[in-house]
Amino acid sequence: MAQTMDTAIELTRPSASQQAVASVQDFFSAMRRNRAGFIGFLALSAIILIALIGPFLVPQTLPTDVHAIYEAPSSRHLLGTDSEGRDVLIQVIAGGQTIILVGFVAAAISTLISITFGALAAYVGGFVDSVVMMLADIVLTIPQIALLAVLAAFIRLNSPWLMAAIIALLAWPTLLRAVRAQVLSLKEREYIEAARLLDLGTPRIVFYEILPTMASFILMNFTIAMTDSIYAQVGLYLLGLAPLAGHNWGIMLNFAWWRGAIFFKNSLLYILAPVTAIALLQLALVMTTRSLEDIFNPRLREG
Amino acid sequence: MSTVAVPAERSARVLPGRVVASAASRLLRTYTVRRAAKALLTIYLVATFTFFLIRLLPGNPVDVYINTLIGQYGMSYQDAANQAAGLFAFHPNQPLVLQYLDYLRGLAQGDFGKSLLSRGTPVTRIIKTYLPWTLFSAGTALLISFSLGVGLGMVMAYKREGPLDHVLSALGSILKSVPNYLLAIMIVVFLGVQLELLPVTDMRGTLSPGTTAEFSLGFLLDALFHAALPIATYVLSTIGAWMLIMKSSTLATLEEDYVTVARARGLSDGRIQSAYVGRNAVLPLFSQLAIAAGFVVGGSVLIEPIFQYQGVGYVLLQSVLQRDYPVMQGIFVVITSAVVVSNLLADLLYSRLDPRIRITSEE
Repeated sequence: MAQTMDTAIELTRPSASQQAVASVQDFFSAMRRNRAGFIGFLALSAIILIALIGPFLVPQTLPTDVHAIYEAPSSRHLLGTDSEGRDVLIQVIAGGQTIILVGFVAAAISTLISITFGALAAYVGGFVDSVVMMLADIVLTIPQIALLAVLAAFIRLNSPWLMAAIIALLAWPTLLRAVRAQVLSLKEREYIEAARLLDLGTPRIVFYEILPTMASFILMNFTIAMTDSIYAQVGLYLLGLAPLAGHNWGIMLNFAWWRGAIFFKNSLLYILAPVTAIALLQLALVMTTRSLEDIFNPRLREG
Repeated sequence: MSTVAVPAERSARVLPGRVVASAASRLLRTYTVRRAAKALLTIYLVATFTFFLIRLLPGNPVDVYINTLIGQYGMSYQDAANQAAGLFAFHPNQPLVLQYLDYLRGLAQGDFGKSLLSRGTPVTRIIKTYLPWTLFSAGTALLISFSLGVGLGMVMAYKREGPLDHVLSALGSILKSVPNYLLAIMIVVFLGVQLELLPVTDMRGTLSPGTTAEFSLGFLLDALFHAALPIATYVLSTIGAWMLIMKSSTLATLEEDYVTVARARGLSDGRIQSAYVGRNAVLPLFSQLAIAAGFVVGGSVLIEPIFQYQGVGYVLLQSVLQRDYPVMQGIFVVITSAVVVSNLLADLLYSRLDPRIRITSEE
């Protein structure tokens, strides 16, 4: 009898794939609740898709063509050509990948630092809290771009991973403070007190009981961290502080600006191409946070 | 725990040594002193960090400089080291600890060494020449953007869900998310080149040729003419945040009981808006002011080169690109100190305006 009951329950439980489908559906319906947020999410998905697939659809090498320098947009070059006669549209399509990758990795590293130390600082409190907060305050006050510029004099930022790591090491304090404040309030809830009474241990309570309830909050802040690291990264390229090899939107921006394309009226679309690409990516990221904010904070939904 | 400890300490027998110790600890606990100590510590750590960055990293500039002097000018090592000592404000032959102490002593006396490129120019003089322009443009921009943003934010809160609120909200979020250097580029491309509305090439630099620094209207107007584009960029890139924060802060304040009471007492709308809502709603924005100051001063490294506006941001970039280490180090320490000090002032001002801050953090 007991056995048949068990199998009956087993049968009604949705399979793993059904569960996955249901949670994806939940996610979409939650994202759709905020219109601006959903538009941002769709735009972001489109940009990421183009950045991932685009490089495979365009020619891998862009030869210099001295007869086609700064050409106006035409049917052959929809957005015109750059200072070396290379097609701008191809560069836009191929140039998003590293920018998004570095932004993503930098945001992942800084999010990891902030949730680990922010949660521990809030949960353990006392001396650990003071030291972590002190450090966060100090890093927060140092002007980030100025420090990045100084570091660029000593470190060649030729690897995207290195660049992501350095940007991340300066980007964590804001998120850390947010995580800490959040954990401080969660810490007082009954179920955490219950977990403490059960003596589950600090790591388990922090990583299994507290952090999962903050998932959308963390995702929201991750998105913001990504906009910050893309800002810093493109800034480094624009100033010529990172090696200008290969194609990406930051390098395009640098060339378009410093090589004088801005002064050619024909090249308007050329300079607008990287500007628009970066601005759209940032806008899409920020708008996506609106939906995430809604999920995280249901009270906002009524308003 | 701490709430138990305090009465226990008070009830203990008072010994002379203890009085001094507790006075010292009480002093340390006061908000102002702790905040100032933290600011000093930050400046000290940044100075220390840049010293060791320049001195200890492989292929450090001091050794490179000495080697070029030996190789190119055939100097003896001793002469080369002496010359490097003059430029970097510490002697490369001494033990590292002594060099470090020398360097700190120099910093305390305002000696940042000398430029490698414009040989012999003290870094302090370079800072004195360029810093005022950055402080002028960034300060003016912060003032404009703060007051304008606060005003618009209040309007948005009072006209919420109206067409004006929707337009301003959308505009605010867009301005907040587009990087400031892209705004700067767009200003030059559209207003300067495509539409030819602004003489962007004439607006480069900090002053027109022939203008001398003096207290006159002409000088001020010329300075503003050249700073106009950096200021416009800083204002555009920070105003969105002020508008949105002020809007939500005002909305929260409108819900407060004392506003309802003021209304029930029949006070005029103008008085409620300024004395009851406005004053309280603007409080949380002061802590943001410090962050904005850091953002704008740091952002000058990106914005000033775009407009060729010769402030410290511009010079910092040049010194990095040309590897003029003493200048780079000096300007970085000064920029950071400027941000730290403005943070300190904003926090102290905030704690004056809102005593809750002082009390909760003194515990």
